[in-house]
Amino acid sequence: MAEVKRVERPLSPHLQIYRPQLTSFTSILTRITGNALIVGVLLAVWWLLAAATSPAYFELANAVATSWFGDLIFTLSAWALWYHYLAGLRHLYFDAGKGLDIETAEKLGMGMIVGSVVLTIITLILV
Amino acid sequence: MRYLTARKRAEGKGASHTGTEHHWFMTVTSVALAFLIPVFVIVFGRALGQPAEGVIATFSHPFPAILTALTVFVGMRHFAKGAQMMIEDYAQGSTRKALIILASSISYIVIAVALYALAKLTMVGFLFEAMH
Repeated sequence: MAEVKRVERPLSPHLQIYRPQLTSFTSILTRITGNALIVGVLLAVWWLLAAATSPAYFELANAVATSWFGDLIFTLSAWALWYHYLAGLRHLYFDAGKGLDIETAEKLGMGMIVGSVVLTIITLILV
Repeated sequence: MRYLTARKRAEGKGASHTGTEHHWFMTVTSVALAFLIPVFVIVFGRALGQPAEGVIATFSHPFPAILTALTVFVGMRHFAKGAQMMIEDYAQGSTRKALIILASSISYIVIAVALYALAKLTMVGFLFEAMH
């Protein structure tokens, strides 16, 4: 067997001494929002199943989905959805090899944060 | 002895044995979701908070039903593969395998439940219309 010579790579940054940056923050937030969206999906699909099951079951699920708890879940989900949406668009742009310099990446990051909040407010007002 | 260059190691399907399949899957599903999500948010948001009759009426129509089925199916497969990436970063060995299987199972269960609910809502809606 040929000996596999590993290239000397830089170690990944140590989190405790790693200065928080907009680029790393927006990247981590993409993962958190994407995975956390499962909570809103479970509530929404349960609510849909209840509507298909019986009026009594729908009453229960609808009471939960439209309670302060349901409102909180769906409002946070709306923001997470729009944030992850914009992050996905930025990812496609990055994949094309564009916008990778720090200045543009940070501008896009700010755009994602502001844009997701704006889209959430629009969603809450219109829908 | 053969010297393995960095290129040699990355050739073919690389260390993952699946090449860029995972990345490409996420790209394809993300583009699909970019079109589906805004329309779905409007349809779902308007249905939420309505009485049962309104919810049944909404989801028994072809467009909202097919749109919801597509969004849940593509969204849940996108979730399963995305969650897999996170799990692979933080868990090793059997825990990693178990968590990946769990994420995949959740995604398929949610898909099955949503498709069942949509099919039944369509039938209930059909019966309502037949009675009136």
